[in-house]
Amino acid sequence: MASASEPAAPPRIERFNRTERVLHWTHAASFVALLVTGLILYLPSLSTLIAQRQIVKNVHIWVAVAWAVAIALILVLGDRRRLAEDWREIETIDRDDRRWLRRRRAPQGRFNAGQKLNALLTAGFALLFALSGFLLWLGERDHRFILAGTGAVHDLLTLFSVVLLVGHLYLALIHPSTRHALRGITVGDVDEGWARDHHVKWVEAERRSALR
Amino acid sequence: MNDRTIGRAGFLGILGAGALGLFFAKDVTGVLDRAVPSSVSAIVPTDGWRIYTVASMPNLDPAAYRLRVSGLVDSPQSFSLADLKEMPRAEQVSDFHCVTGWSVQNVQWAGVRIADLLQAAGATKGVQALRFVSAEAPYDDSLTLKQALLPDVMLAYEMDGKPISRAHGAPVRLVMPEMYGYKSVKWVNHVELGGTTQPGYWEQHGYDADAWIGRSNGLGV
Repeated sequence: MASASEPAAPPRIERFNRTERVLHWTHAASFVALLVTGLILYLPSLSTLIAQRQIVKNVHIWVAVAWAVAIALILVLGDRRRLAEDWREIETIDRDDRRWLRRRRAPQGRFNAGQKLNALLTAGFALLFALSGFLLWLGERDHRFILAGTGAVHDLLTLFSVVLLVGHLYLALIHPSTRHALRGITVGDVDEGWARDHHVKWVEAERRSALR
Repeated sequence: MNDRTIGRAGFLGILGAGALGLFFAKDVTGVLDRAVPSSVSAIVPTDGWRIYTVASMPNLDPAAYRLRVSGLVDSPQSFSLADLKEMPRAEQVSDFHCVTGWSVQNVQWAGVRIADLLQAAGATKGVQALRFVSAEAPYDDSLTLKQALLPDVMLAYEMDGKPISRAHGAPVRLVMPEMYGYKSVKWVNHVELGGTTQPGYWEQHGYDADAWIGRSNGLGV
């Protein structure tokens, strides 16, 4: 038996299951690899420094293919019910979310409104990256697929994504009130007290379903 | 609109904007190009040009530069930059289209027409192909004689009124505006005259040898 003087571990609550964490880190690792190789192809100073265009280009393209295959496998073999539930939560911007986005205090679910926006933008950007990247690849081989704005779309997506990533990293690693969530995406659980402060609608819903 | 459709509409809106961008985003970035300070355009390519190299970028000394012409010639020749400038000077304004999707309009070029080079080099009968070899080994590319003699093909030594910069192929590059840019070999230091064309660097990686620019997609010549 634990001695009475030993403090009980603070209660924890699972926020992201294995499917969600694998999806997050697969996308994150692919994005970083594509960003690094993409910048070498894009920035003149880096491309002349590295000067292995053919190799870097092949790595960029094959990482993109691996990303698409991995994401498809996770969607097929992972916890599909949970992913469908995630998507339903993410695309629902309710009254509380709209108040929250106007910087008012409003109770939040498992994803706050900012996280929902981040997820919607990330998903949209990913699909557009894939589409424009595929057209760039195809256009080199069949010139009918060279569209005037494909490269500009791919470039602008890079710019927007880097801005989004910097904001995401700041909130996940540095910002004092949100960095406690990091364990949720690495190990899966978060401190229940923190969750009650920041995501009260989710904690309440979990408690009700546990009682049922 | 209920709570759920707001997020979905936003998501579909992103996709729709991106799809429209495939056709119109160039106009958006064109505005940005003019708006950003030059300190930014020194790092990020905003003037329309992208600099691609496949090996380390050649740094050729114009004073020591020689253009070798070999193959079907009376005897192998080599020309200095001054020799090339003594040949009839040709000038043109043409657009440059890259196969990866970017274009630069109205580039001014000055240089030597291929016919004048062939005459100076003493090309023999039977020349049907020209292989342009870059100092950036192993880059090369070939044109048929008929393509090379088109009126807007040249070996250029000036771009936009100045000697061609290192990044654009100093001191001499090929300009073939009716085909995608990978045909316009930079840092040319050797022209080989032969009977048949050979696949160039990118053509060995799947590109077309006859890289005529399409008349569709806003890239018409």
